[in-house]
Amino acid sequence: MPIELYRIDDRLIHGQVVVGWGQPLNLSFIVLVDDDVAESEWEQELYRMGVPPDMSVYFHDVPSAAAALPGYQADARPGIVLVGDIGTMTRLVDATNGSIHAVNLGGVHHSPGRTPRLRYVFLTNAEEQGLRAIAQRGVDVSAQDVPGARPVPLDELLSATLDA
Amino acid sequence: MSEQAAAHAVKAIVAGHGSFATGVISAVEAITGRGDRFIAISNAGLCLDDIQRTLTMALDDTRARVIFTDLPAGSCTMAVRRLVRNRPGVVLITGINLSLLLDFAMQDDSDPVAAAHAALERGRASMVAHGA
Repeated sequence: MPIELYRIDDRLIHGQVVVGWGQPLNLSFIVLVDDDVAESEWEQELYRMGVPPDMSVYFHDVPSAAAALPGYQADARPGIVLVGDIGTMTRLVDATNGSIHAVNLGGVHHSPGRTPRLRYVFLTNAEEQGLRAIAQRGVDVSAQDVPGARPVPLDELLSATLDA
Repeated sequence: MSEQAAAHAVKAIVAGHGSFATGVISAVEAITGRGDRFIAISNAGLCLDDIQRTLTMALDDTRARVIFTDLPAGSCTMAVRRLVRNRPGVVLITGINLSLLLDFAMQDDSDPVAAAHAALERGRASMVAHGA
Protein backbone atom coordinates (compact mmCIF):
# COMPACT_ATOMS: atom_id res chain seq x y z
CA MET A 1 0.00 0.00 0.00
CA PRO A 2 1.52 3.38 -0.92
CA ILE A 3 1.91 6.19 1.59
CA GLU A 4 -1.57 7.67 1.91
CA LEU A 5 -0.56 11.28 2.41
CA TYR A 6 2.50 13.54 2.25
CA ARG A 7 1.46 16.37 4.55
CA ILE A 8 2.87 19.77 5.48
CA ASP A 9 1.57 20.74 8.91
CA ASP A 10 3.35 23.12 11.27
CA ARG A 11 1.74 21.45 14.29
CA LEU A 12 3.25 18.10 13.22
CA ILE A 13 1.48 15.34 15.18
CA HIS A 14 -1.79 16.67 16.59
CA GLY A 15 -5.50 15.97 16.69
CA GLN A 16 -6.22 16.49 13.00
CA VAL A 17 -3.46 14.10 12.03
CA VAL A 18 -4.01 11.38 14.62
CA VAL A 19 -7.80 11.41 14.72
CA GLY A 20 -9.04 13.46 11.74
CA TRP A 21 -6.92 11.62 9.17
CA GLY A 22 -5.68 8.73 11.27
CA GLN A 23 -9.00 7.03 11.82
CA PRO A 24 -10.53 7.22 8.31
CA LEU A 25 -7.23 6.17 6.74
CA ASN A 26 -6.73 3.50 9.41
CA LEU A 27 -3.18 4.75 9.79
CA SER A 28 -0.64 2.36 11.24
CA PHE A 29 2.35 4.65 11.10
CA ILE A 30 3.54 8.23 10.77
CA VAL A 31 6.91 9.11 9.28
CA LEU A 32 7.81 12.41 10.91
CA VAL A 33 10.50 14.22 8.93
CA ASP A 34 12.02 17.07 10.90
CA ASP A 35 15.71 17.77 11.36
CA ASP A 36 15.29 19.14 14.90
CA VAL A 37 12.97 16.42 16.18
CA ALA A 38 15.26 13.79 14.64
CA GLU A 39 18.00 15.02 16.98
CA SER A 40 15.92 15.15 20.16
CA GLU A 41 15.02 12.00 22.06
CA TRP A 42 12.78 14.04 24.34
CA GLU A 43 10.76 15.51 21.46
CA GLN A 44 10.44 12.06 19.91
CA GLU A 45 9.09 10.66 23.15
CA LEU A 46 6.64 13.58 23.35
CA TYR A 47 5.24 12.74 19.93
CA ARG A 48 5.23 8.98 20.56
CA MET A 49 3.10 9.49 23.64
CA GLY A 50 0.61 11.53 21.62
CA VAL A 51 -0.45 8.68 19.35
CA PRO A 52 -2.52 5.58 20.06
CA PRO A 53 -0.57 2.48 21.12
CA ASP A 54 -1.22 0.74 17.82
CA MET A 55 0.26 3.60 15.76
CA SER A 56 4.01 3.75 15.16
CA VAL A 57 6.00 6.94 14.66
CA TYR A 58 9.32 6.92 12.81
CA PHE A 59 11.63 9.93 13.00
CA HIS A 60 13.99 11.10 10.29
CA ASP A 61 15.95 14.05 9.05
CA VAL A 62 15.53 14.72 5.34
CA PRO A 63 18.45 12.62 4.02
CA SER A 64 17.56 9.56 6.08
CA ALA A 65 13.87 9.95 5.20
CA ALA A 66 14.73 10.02 1.51
CA ALA A 67 16.80 6.86 1.91
CA ALA A 68 14.09 5.08 3.90
CA LEU A 69 11.10 6.20 1.82
CA PRO A 70 11.07 3.24 -0.62
CA GLY A 71 10.76 0.93 2.36
CA TYR A 72 7.84 2.87 3.79
CA GLN A 73 6.19 2.99 0.35
CA ALA A 74 6.47 -0.79 0.14
CA ASP A 75 5.02 -1.29 3.62
CA ALA A 76 1.70 -3.14 3.55
CA ARG A 77 0.31 -0.92 6.30
CA PRO A 78 -1.24 2.51 5.62
CA GLY A 79 0.97 5.40 6.69
CA ILE A 80 1.61 9.08 6.16
CA VAL A 81 4.69 11.25 5.81
CA LEU A 82 4.55 14.43 7.86
CA VAL A 83 6.74 17.53 7.71
CA GLY A 84 6.44 20.85 9.53
CA ASP A 85 7.26 23.34 6.80
CA ILE A 86 7.35 23.86 3.06
CA GLY A 87 11.14 24.00 2.92
CA THR A 88 11.43 20.51 4.39
CA MET A 89 8.92 19.11 1.90
CA THR A 90 10.79 20.81 -0.96
CA ARG A 91 14.02 19.14 0.14
CA LEU A 92 12.28 15.79 0.53
CA VAL A 93 10.70 15.98 -2.93
CA ASP A 94 14.08 16.92 -4.39
CA ALA A 95 15.79 14.02 -2.64
CA THR A 96 13.33 11.30 -3.61
CA ASN A 97 13.55 11.27 -7.41
CA GLY A 98 9.92 11.69 -8.35
CA SER A 99 8.47 9.13 -5.95
CA ILE A 100 6.23 11.73 -4.27
CA HIS A 101 3.26 12.47 -6.53
CA ALA A 102 1.00 14.55 -4.31
CA VAL A 103 1.50 16.91 -1.38
CA ASN A 104 -1.16 17.92 1.11
CA LEU A 105 -0.86 21.37 2.67
CA GLY A 106 -2.59 20.79 5.98
CA GLY A 107 -1.63 23.72 8.16
CA VAL A 108 0.75 26.68 7.90
CA HIS A 109 -0.49 29.18 10.40
CA HIS A 110 -0.18 32.90 10.91
CA SER A 111 3.16 34.53 11.56
CA PRO A 112 4.61 37.93 10.62
CA GLY A 113 5.22 38.34 6.89
CA ARG A 114 2.72 35.69 5.87
CA THR A 115 -0.34 36.47 3.75
CA PRO A 116 -3.60 34.74 4.71
CA ARG A 117 -4.79 32.39 1.95
CA LEU A 118 -7.13 30.07 3.80
CA ARG A 119 -8.21 29.83 7.43
CA TYR A 120 -5.37 27.40 8.01
CA VAL A 121 -2.86 28.53 5.38
CA PHE A 122 -0.72 31.66 5.64
CA LEU A 123 2.23 32.00 3.28
CA THR A 124 5.26 34.21 2.67
CA ASN A 125 6.34 34.94 -0.89
CA ALA A 126 9.22 32.52 -0.47
CA GLU A 127 6.85 29.79 0.73
CA GLU A 128 4.59 30.38 -2.26
CA GLN A 129 7.58 30.04 -4.55
CA GLY A 130 8.51 26.85 -2.70
CA LEU A 131 5.08 25.38 -3.36
CA ARG A 132 5.27 26.35 -7.03
CA ALA A 133 8.70 24.74 -7.24
CA ILE A 134 7.26 21.51 -5.82
CA ALA A 135 4.41 21.63 -8.35
CA GLN A 136 6.84 22.24 -11.21
CA ARG A 137 8.40 18.86 -10.43
CA GLY A 138 5.09 17.25 -11.40
CA VAL A 139 3.71 16.99 -7.87
CA ASP A 140 0.01 17.64 -7.30
CA VAL A 141 -0.13 20.24 -4.50
CA SER A 142 -3.39 21.04 -2.74
CA ALA A 143 -4.54 22.40 0.59
CA GLN A 144 -6.91 20.38 2.76
CA ASP A 145 -6.97 20.45 6.56
CA VAL A 146 -9.35 17.54 7.25
CA PRO A 147 -10.62 14.65 5.08
CA GLY A 148 -14.13 16.07 4.72
CA ALA A 149 -12.91 19.42 3.38
CA ARG A 150 -12.59 20.20 -0.31
CA PRO A 151 -9.00 20.00 -1.55
CA VAL A 152 -7.99 23.47 -2.78
CA PRO A 153 -5.66 23.26 -5.81
CA LEU A 154 -2.44 25.28 -5.67
CA ASP A 155 -3.43 27.90 -8.27
CA GLU A 156 -6.69 28.54 -6.46
CA LEU A 157 -4.89 28.64 -3.11
CA LEU A 158 -2.38 31.22 -4.26
CA SER A 159 -5.05 33.49 -5.67
CA ALA A 160 -7.24 33.19 -2.59
CA THR A 161 -7.57 36.07 -0.18
CA LEU A 162 -8.78 35.88 3.35
CA ASP A 163 -9.61 38.75 5.65
CA ALA A 164 -7.16 38.30 8.49
CA MET B 1 -11.57 43.17 42.47
CA SER B 2 -8.63 44.61 40.55
CA GLU B 3 -7.66 43.06 37.24
CA GLN B 4 -4.50 41.64 38.81
CA ALA B 5 -6.38 40.18 41.75
CA ALA B 6 -8.93 38.71 39.36
CA ALA B 7 -6.15 37.10 37.38
CA HIS B 8 -4.78 35.52 40.56
CA ALA B 9 -8.22 34.10 41.34
CA VAL B 10 -7.95 31.90 38.26
CA LYS B 11 -7.28 28.38 39.45
CA ALA B 12 -6.71 26.66 36.15
CA ILE B 13 -6.26 27.09 32.42
CA VAL B 14 -8.44 25.10 30.02
CA ALA B 15 -6.99 24.70 26.52
CA GLY B 16 -8.22 22.83 23.49
CA HIS B 17 -9.57 22.71 19.97
CA GLY B 18 -12.07 25.18 18.55
CA SER B 19 -14.51 26.40 21.20
CA PHE B 20 -13.95 23.43 23.51
CA ALA B 21 -12.52 25.48 26.38
CA THR B 22 -15.04 28.33 26.27
CA GLY B 23 -17.81 25.77 25.87
CA VAL B 24 -16.92 23.59 28.83
CA ILE B 25 -16.23 26.65 31.02
CA SER B 26 -19.61 28.08 30.07
CA ALA B 27 -21.17 24.81 31.22
CA VAL B 28 -19.33 25.08 34.56
CA GLU B 29 -20.61 28.65 34.88
CA ALA B 30 -24.17 27.62 34.10
CA ILE B 31 -24.12 24.82 36.67
CA THR B 32 -22.08 26.36 39.48
CA GLY B 33 -21.48 30.04 38.77
CA ARG B 34 -17.77 29.30 39.08
CA GLY B 35 -16.68 29.76 35.50
CA ASP B 36 -14.39 32.57 36.60
CA ARG B 37 -12.05 29.99 38.15
CA PHE B 38 -10.86 29.21 34.64
CA ILE B 39 -9.47 30.92 31.60
CA ALA B 40 -9.97 29.48 28.12
CA ILE B 41 -7.40 29.08 25.37
CA SER B 42 -8.10 27.84 21.86
CA ASN B 43 -5.53 26.60 19.35
CA ALA B 44 -7.65 27.95 16.48
CA GLY B 45 -5.50 29.59 13.83
CA LEU B 46 -2.29 29.26 15.84
CA CYS B 47 0.95 27.56 14.90
CA LEU B 48 2.77 25.48 17.50
CA ASP B 49 5.03 28.38 18.56
CA ASP B 50 2.05 30.70 19.05
CA ILE B 51 0.18 28.06 21.05
CA GLN B 52 3.26 27.69 23.24
CA ARG B 53 3.60 31.47 23.62
CA THR B 54 -0.08 31.95 24.47
CA LEU B 55 0.01 29.22 27.11
CA THR B 56 3.24 30.57 28.61
CA MET B 57 1.70 34.05 28.94
CA ALA B 58 -1.42 32.58 30.51
CA LEU B 59 0.63 30.62 33.04
CA ASP B 60 2.72 33.68 33.90
CA ASP B 61 -0.28 36.01 34.14
CA THR B 62 -2.47 33.75 36.24
CA ARG B 63 0.20 31.82 38.16
CA ALA B 64 -2.09 28.84 37.71
CA ARG B 65 -0.58 25.48 38.60
CA VAL B 66 -3.18 23.39 36.78
CA ILE B 67 -3.77 23.12 33.03
CA PHE B 68 -6.57 21.05 31.55
CA THR B 69 -6.58 20.04 27.86
CA ASP B 70 -9.02 18.14 25.69
CA LEU B 71 -7.05 15.56 23.70
CA PRO B 72 -3.83 13.64 24.46
CA ALA B 73 -2.52 14.12 20.91
CA GLY B 74 -3.76 17.71 20.58
CA SER B 75 -1.43 20.59 19.83
CA CYS B 76 -2.31 22.31 23.12
CA THR B 77 -1.39 19.16 25.01
CA MET B 78 1.91 18.88 23.17
CA ALA B 79 2.69 22.53 23.94
CA VAL B 80 1.79 22.17 27.62
CA ARG B 81 3.89 19.06 27.97
CA ARG B 82 6.86 21.08 26.80
CA LEU B 83 6.01 23.81 29.31
CA VAL B 84 5.53 21.60 32.35
CA ARG B 85 8.91 20.02 31.72
CA ASN B 86 10.51 23.24 32.97
CA ARG B 87 7.88 24.21 35.52
CA PRO B 88 7.93 21.92 38.52
CA GLY B 89 4.72 22.15 40.49
CA VAL B 90 2.50 22.60 37.43
CA VAL B 91 0.28 19.68 36.44
CA LEU B 92 -1.33 18.89 33.08
CA ILE B 93 -4.51 16.85 33.00
CA THR B 94 -5.57 15.86 29.48
CA GLY B 95 -8.71 14.23 28.10
CA ILE B 96 -10.97 16.16 30.48
CA ASN B 97 -14.75 16.16 30.70
CA LEU B 98 -17.37 18.34 32.36
CA SER B 99 -17.67 16.19 35.49
CA LEU B 100 -13.95 16.56 36.12
CA LEU B 101 -14.05 20.30 35.71
CA LEU B 102 -17.11 20.67 37.94
CA ASP B 103 -15.46 18.66 40.70
CA PHE B 104 -12.35 20.79 40.45
CA ALA B 105 -14.35 24.02 40.49
CA MET B 106 -16.16 23.02 43.67
CA GLN B 107 -13.03 22.24 45.68
CA ASP B 108 -12.40 25.51 47.48
CA ASP B 109 -9.85 24.64 50.09
CA SER B 110 -7.69 22.03 48.46
CA ASP B 111 -4.32 22.65 46.95
CA PRO B 112 -5.08 23.09 43.21
CA VAL B 113 -2.78 20.30 42.12
CA ALA B 114 -4.27 17.88 44.66
CA ALA B 115 -7.74 19.04 43.64
CA ALA B 116 -6.91 18.33 39.99
CA HIS B 117 -5.80 14.79 40.79
CA ALA B 118 -8.96 14.19 42.81
CA ALA B 119 -11.10 15.64 40.04
CA LEU B 120 -9.41 13.33 37.55
CA GLU B 121 -10.77 10.33 39.41
CA ARG B 122 -14.25 11.87 39.47
CA GLY B 123 -14.08 12.59 35.76
CA ARG B 124 -13.03 9.04 34.94
CA ALA B 125 -15.79 7.58 37.07
CA SER B 126 -18.43 9.76 35.44
CA MET B 127 -18.24 8.02 32.09
CA VAL B 128 -20.86 5.28 32.17
CA ALA B 129 -22.78 3.39 29.47
CA HIS B 130 -26.53 2.92 29.87
CA GLY B 131 -28.79 0.70 27.80
CA ALA B 132 -27.36 -1.28 24.88
